[in-house]
Order: sequence, then structure tokens, then C-alpha cells
Amino acid sequence: MFDATLHTLPHKPGVGYKPQHYSDITARPGPLGWLEIHAENYMGDGGRPLAQLRHLSEHFPISVHGVGLSIGGEGRLDPDHLTRLKHLVGWLNPASFSEHLAWSTHDSHFLNDLLPLPYNAATVTRVADHIDEVQTALGRKMLLENPSSYLAFAESDMSETDFLKEVVARTGCGLLLDVNNVFVSATNLGFTPQGYIDAFPLEQVGEIHLGGHDEDQDDDGAPLLIDSHGREVADPVWALLEYTLDRSGAKPLLIEWDTDVPEWPVLAAEIARAAGALNAVPA
Amino acid sequence: MTVSQKDFTAGILDPTRPAPEGLLDGKGAQTSKRFDVYRNNVAVSLTDALVAAFPVIYKLVGDEFFRAMAGVYLRTHLPDTALMMYYGDKMPQFLKRFPPAQSLAYLPDVARLEIALRESYHAGDATPVSADVLGTLAPEALMAARISLSPALRIVRSSHPIFGIWQSNMIADAPALVKRAENVLVTRPQFDPTPHLISDADADFITALQRGHALGVAMSKAGQGFDLGALLGLLLRQGAMTHIS
Repeated sequence: MFDATLHTLPHKPGVGYKPQHYSDITARPGPLGWLEIHAENYMGDGGRPLAQLRHLSEHFPISVHGVGLSIGGEGRLDPDHLTRLKHLVGWLNPASFSEHLAWSTHDSHFLNDLLPLPYNAATVTRVADHIDEVQTALGRKMLLENPSSYLAFAESDMSETDFLKEVVARTGCGLLLDVNNVFVSATNLGFTPQGYIDAFPLEQVGEIHLGGHDEDQDDDGAPLLIDSHGREVADPVWALLEYTLDRSGAKPLLIEWDTDVPEWPVLAAEIARAAGALNAVPA
Repeated sequence: MTVSQKDFTAGILDPTRPAPEGLLDGKGAQTSKRFDVYRNNVAVSLTDALVAAFPVIYKLVGDEFFRAMAGVYLRTHLPDTALMMYYGDKMPQFLKRFPPAQSLAYLPDVARLEIALRESYHAGDATPVSADVLGTLAPEALMAARISLSPALRIVRSSHPIFGIWQSNMIADAPALVKRAENVLVTRPQFDPTPHLISDADADFITALQRGHALGVAMSKAGQGFDLGALLGLLLRQGAMTHIS
């Protein structure tokens, strides 16, 4: 029977799924309302990854989050990768599909990182064209995620929020707001994170990400934050989440933890904190 | 001033190059430390993908050697897809030519075994035939039968003891290593790829089946000393036969 609740992300906490947590998640999900997977990890032909995903998708709404499409790339989208993505999204029929405002492939070489792009008229057109192509191929609306930035381009002549608004206006895509990325970029590039949230089109946000960052220093001894997804969400990022939810209302809220992945109770505590933040949002 | 993705990529892969011009910190000044974040992210994420892919090689050569080797590999063999689970498929050929690995002649074949195990893990699913199916065939029908094998089955032949090396690095209380040539059959009964030590005759028989030869022909390829019953029993128990016609 088609269960519509499995095909919409609820305004509840979700978590980036790691196979080592399979038993914990299925045995005692607690306030966990949905799961996010990285698309590329489920592009094999079969075996345990796909069997687990099939099982989980019968119990949780699934968000498919791509990390390899290279939407900001100068070259054309890899047609083979788009075909694999279309196959995955086709059989899984997930509650959401999202990708990054970034590039990762150059000259058919995949660099396995989310690399930055300048913000100007030429790059708006490139990104919008690629999003059109993805949405047409998948037959669904996608969400585009704001990046974490370590540097800016001299050739940029638009703010990131204006860039995202223009992409939304041209393509009809939605947005994935990563508040940790906002905090990381704001610290690294010297703007106020609250000002970024004020300028962000919150009505377009279909999902919010929260993750941990590391602290380093740049050449001048200024703080340089690294988006590592390897620890708890920092307190000022929780505060920025509260600031955001006060303005946006409740949203699906994801805890991301991708490196040095801890035992389930550590993630469960983060999920409980996210649930608390959502409960504090006025209805 | 525009920074092309070609220049950005070249800068990431070559730490001796200055960061491309036109990249600024928060105060609008040229920055190189911030570009190093991307350099580091790319090198570390690709190296970690190789560590995950080759746990036995990693144990054999140690962290320092492995990371130095990975740094050379990733700069000459960037992934050609975003499917990190298959990254490292050129490692056997690379290790054959990598000067610091020349004294470790078995490494390329261990890499081939690790690739076979990983391919098996992600291979397509197929329903095995039931265990009693062979018993229902008359002897002539059995010899004429063509057997389809699971997409998760792999064979790795080596002139080195790759099965023993794999065991002694991945299993507690593994038997002592014997210096000899070893062939490995990889099966995947459900989800976990399982290596088995097999003889040359076993490997020849399975290869003949994979090429579409009838069972009788495959037996003749295997030659003297081949134990048909034992091998068919292993393949059946491991769910490695998917069709008999």
C-alpha cells in the first residue's frame, strides 16, 4: 500500500545514515523521523547496501543527498552519473533529493570534495542550466544546498543569498539550508551569520542541515573553521538554528556526522537536542 | 581575473604550485592557506577511500607507507566516477610499477584479491538454485549441463600465498603462512564475500563454466585430480550457482 507519510520529509529530526547504526536505528529510533543517504553509496548493483536501503525505506522517509553531480562544474553533467541517479531515485521514490552548490568533477576526473565557484551572471546561468537538466531527468524538484566556504573569488559580484534566489527563480528548485555551513562561511569570510539568515529565502527551504566543524587558523592567525562533520554540532550553531527556526517555522532537521562516526548513543543525543529545538518552535 | 576550474584542479593536485590568483580571504587579501584546505580535503578523502578499499595492503605496509603511496596513486589515477566504492581499481598495475613496492612482489595480487572482495560485496543479487537440483539430473544430462554462476563470484589466481596473507591479516588465529602459489574463490552466500582456497584444477573448472562450457567439457579442462563432487558441493552451499540448463 502506498504510504504518503513515507514520501514527505516530516518536521522532525533525521540523521545521515551509517550502516553500523542499522540495528540501533531499527530497534529504537526514538524521535528519529527520517534518514538521509548519500546517493553515490547506493549506486552499486546489489548486496547489503541496497538490501538495507530497501528495508529502511519501508519504515522511514528517505532523503537522497548527492555528493557527486558537480552541478557547479564548467563542463556538462556526466550523463552516466545522471542515469545512475535517475535509476536510484526511480526505484526508491525518496521523500527528497538534494545536491550541492559546488563542483567536484573536472575533465571527467572526480576530486571527491565540494569545491567552490564564483557568484556572477555566468555562473548563475551555468548552475541553473544544470539544475534544469537534473530536474527534467529525475522528473522532480530538487533542493540545492549552500556550501561552506574557505575563500571568496575576486570575480564574484553577487552575494551567495542573491545567487541562490536567482537560481530558485530560474529553475523552481528548493533550497537546503546548512546552518553549520552558514556559521563556517561567516566566520571564514567575515560576515554575520544572522545577516545571512535574514537575507536567505527561508520560504524555499525544504530541509535544514546541522553538522560539526573543526577550528584552525589562517595565515594571519584568524580563526578558520573547517566543515568536518566529525564532532558534535557547536553551541553557536545551535543558537543560529534557533534564530533560523524562529523565522522559518519548523523544518525537517538533519544531523550529519560523516568522519570519526561515533556509537549510536552519541548521535541519539544530538537527535534529541534537535527534537528539543523543533519542539520550541511556535506552531 | 577569473580562476578556471582547470587551474583550480591543477593547483589542488600540485602542492608545489602557488594558489591561483583571484582567491581571497575575508579581508579581500590573496590567500594560500585557505586554498590548502581544499588541497588537504581532496588528498585526505581520496586516501581514506583507498584505506577503506585495501585493509590488508594497509596492514602489510603500515600507515606511513600507505599514505605516501596513496598520495602518488591519487595524483596519477584520479577517480573517473563519483562511485568511491570502486576507487582503486588500477592499484594492482600501479603497485607492479611503484618503485618502493618492488621488494613486495605479492602486493599487486593481494590488491587484486581485495578488489575482487569489494566487487563481490556490491555485485548484483541473484537467487541460487536449490541444493538438491543436481541430484535430479541423469549422468548424461549432468555432463551436458551449463551452469550459470552468481554475479558476486570471483576467482583470483596468484603465484603468491594470497589466501594465507589475507587470512593472517583479517582473521584471528589464522594458520601459519605457507610459501606457495594460491588461488582464491570469492563467493557471497548472502551479503558477506567469503574467500576460499581452491586448487588450479578447481579454478580451471570454474573459469570454463564462466566461459559457457558444459560441465563435462569444464571437467576435461580441469584435468587430473579434480574432485567434482567437492567443488560442486562448495558452490551449492555458498549459493554460487544461479541457473542450470
